[in-house]
Amino acid sequence: MSEATSTASADRARSSELGPVGAFLKATELDTRMLGMIGALFVIWLGFHLLSGGLFLTPRNLWNLSVQSSSVAVMATGMVLVIVTRNIDLSVGSLLGFVGMVMGVVQAELLPDILGFGNPWIWALALAAGIALGVLVGAVQGYAIAYLGVPAFIVTLGGLLVWRGAAWWVTSGRTVAPMDATFRLMGGGPAGSIGATWSWIIALLACVAVVFMLMSGRTQRKRFHFPLRPVWAEFFLGAVGCVAILGAVGVANAYPLPIGIVRRFAEANNITIPEGGLFISHGIAIPVLIAVGVGIVMTFIATRTRFGRYVFAIGGNPEAAELAGIPTRWVTMKIFMLMGALAAISGAISTARLNAATNAMGTLDELLVIAAAVIGGTSLAGGSGTVAGAMIGAVLMQSLSTGMILLGVDTPLQNIVVGLVLVVAVWLDTMYRRRIQ
Amino acid sequence: MNDKPTPLVEMDNISIAFGGIQAVDDASVDLYPGEVMALLGHNGAGKSTLIKILSGAYKRDAGEIRVDGKAAEIHNPRDAKKYGIETIYQTLALADNVDAAANLFLGRERLTRWGTLDDVAMEAEARKVMGRLNPRFQRFKDPVKQLSGGQRQSVAIARAILFNARILIMDEPTAALGPQETTQVGELVKQLKSEGIGIFLISHDIHDVFDLSDRVCVMKNGQVVGTASTDDVTKDEVLGMIILGKCPPGAVPGPGALSAVA
Repeated sequence: MSEATSTASADRARSSELGPVGAFLKATELDTRMLGMIGALFVIWLGFHLLSGGLFLTPRNLWNLSVQSSSVAVMATGMVLVIVTRNIDLSVGSLLGFVGMVMGVVQAELLPDILGFGNPWIWALALAAGIALGVLVGAVQGYAIAYLGVPAFIVTLGGLLVWRGAAWWVTSGRTVAPMDATFRLMGGGPAGSIGATWSWIIALLACVAVVFMLMSGRTQRKRFHFPLRPVWAEFFLGAVGCVAILGAVGVANAYPLPIGIVRRFAEANNITIPEGGLFISHGIAIPVLIAVGVGIVMTFIATRTRFGRYVFAIGGNPEAAELAGIPTRWVTMKIFMLMGALAAISGAISTARLNAATNAMGTLDELLVIAAAVIGGTSLAGGSGTVAGAMIGAVLMQSLSTGMILLGVDTPLQNIVVGLVLVVAVWLDTMYRRRIQ
Repeated sequence: MNDKPTPLVEMDNISIAFGGIQAVDDASVDLYPGEVMALLGHNGAGKSTLIKILSGAYKRDAGEIRVDGKAAEIHNPRDAKKYGIETIYQTLALADNVDAAANLFLGRERLTRWGTLDDVAMEAEARKVMGRLNPRFQRFKDPVKQLSGGQRQSVAIARAILFNARILIMDEPTAALGPQETTQVGELVKQLKSEGIGIFLISHDIHDVFDLSDRVCVMKNGQVVGTASTDDVTKDEVLGMIILGKCPPGAVPGPGALSAVA
């Protein structure tokens, strides 16, 4: 890539000088950095699979991995925007705990008295209250950062203490349980999964969407006579996308419900269990659907909207953004409001999964979220990062801890490994960036 | 004065201080349509600061700005752009991490009817305007930090002329350019001038701008030394204004002139 930047001549003329790999990457316009990360993820998976004697790459483990990654993945999508603008948010873990506690109290203690126990609106009202609170907290922190000029590090370091304390204050440290039955679906588990049929339907819709996006992108470029990808590259990308989607759903569908739940289900529906057991798939877990949905929305916000463009422009050159007439302070405040909303969604996933709101929920999550974003290619110097990368980063972090648990590694050693991986990953990324400069 | 047209811009008695330092002190300057006004002075003379007040980057402490003879409210860069004031900053003020089209439309993005960014339309227009300025420019997909100095400069210039500027401010426009690109900028200045655009050219080097300018305004220590038509003064006289603050007979002396009393 380095020689590609040194000359000013037309870049089209150069494709003939590239090797087969370079030509392939150029034709498909794939992000080599992202490919490297996916490669690293697969290497880690394979390594754990071999070391654990075939326990890692099983439908059950991968399904659990996906559920465990979703809370951090949701917050990492917002942390990308925060870090891209050269800010940081250390308060997300405490904020998750605080908002989760409030949502717990709202659905378990407040609303049942007003609406009656088991009212179908309870989960939605509790979630809405949580998101509203998250946005409000984000707005307060964002205001202090953008308009009062207090560094984000300090504001959110204060927030780390304040919101953890506030979470304790809501119930004086008491754990709130159980959660509303519908709310609990957001946490996954056998009930919180959508089953095989719906999973396949969603997979097919996703494949149609991939093909549609490739086609509309091509039509757009044709309309303005821009250089097009070769047709084989379009087909290749479409095929890879569809295979990946169908493969992931296939794995989720290959994980059956536990025998006890199948038996209860069979009794409730008057089905006799055949010889050798009844195979009922989990399908995609609802928290994973939420995380993927959030990822798509956040990618859209980051790349297709004016707000997203401003976020990256501010990160690239704050002074230039200001001179271009961008309301930089308001954009910064909005980023923190968005981060607050995402922390609330993660709080909902975590409380639902635990079926309780506890005081310690989300402790140290801010570090996992920041690590996920940074491993996912978000530069702390600002200006670059992708939502998809941060989500892969979240899965990578979770894979490390899951894998080490499978191997029976002690917790202190786990922390040492995760810490080292973070440093080495960022070092590799720095070298990569220096090479392509 | 009655037979003269209304100036495009008048900046009257502008002052601004940073901390205890009076960066611009009671400076006045005006600009007519289709005119090139060179703003000259040493580094730190207050040229860039004065002009940043016009472009909305700084807020003045005192003074008045009029556009077309009417008082103009300029509090931020967006206000200035509403009056058709476009600026090419010395630092170029580009967002280095996004591509040329995104920079051209920064703060004024084209949207589709669904309210999303219309990147394809923006790139198409970017190709059109860049084709006019720098026909060999092809790197529309690269972040601008990967471009050469001249290419970055043409992106900054393209951004200023894309939105039908009436008043163009060029702060050291040729500082980063080679001789050939400098000539190109000169051609562009002449072309824009013929379209009736008023141009402020800021430079610390008189040789760069003297031949392009209709008038010069020299600043020293935050004050205006004098203003003169380039027909009435020689390069040496202007150099005397820049270095010594001495106002020649052909120039209208300002508050900063050395022999203002005589």
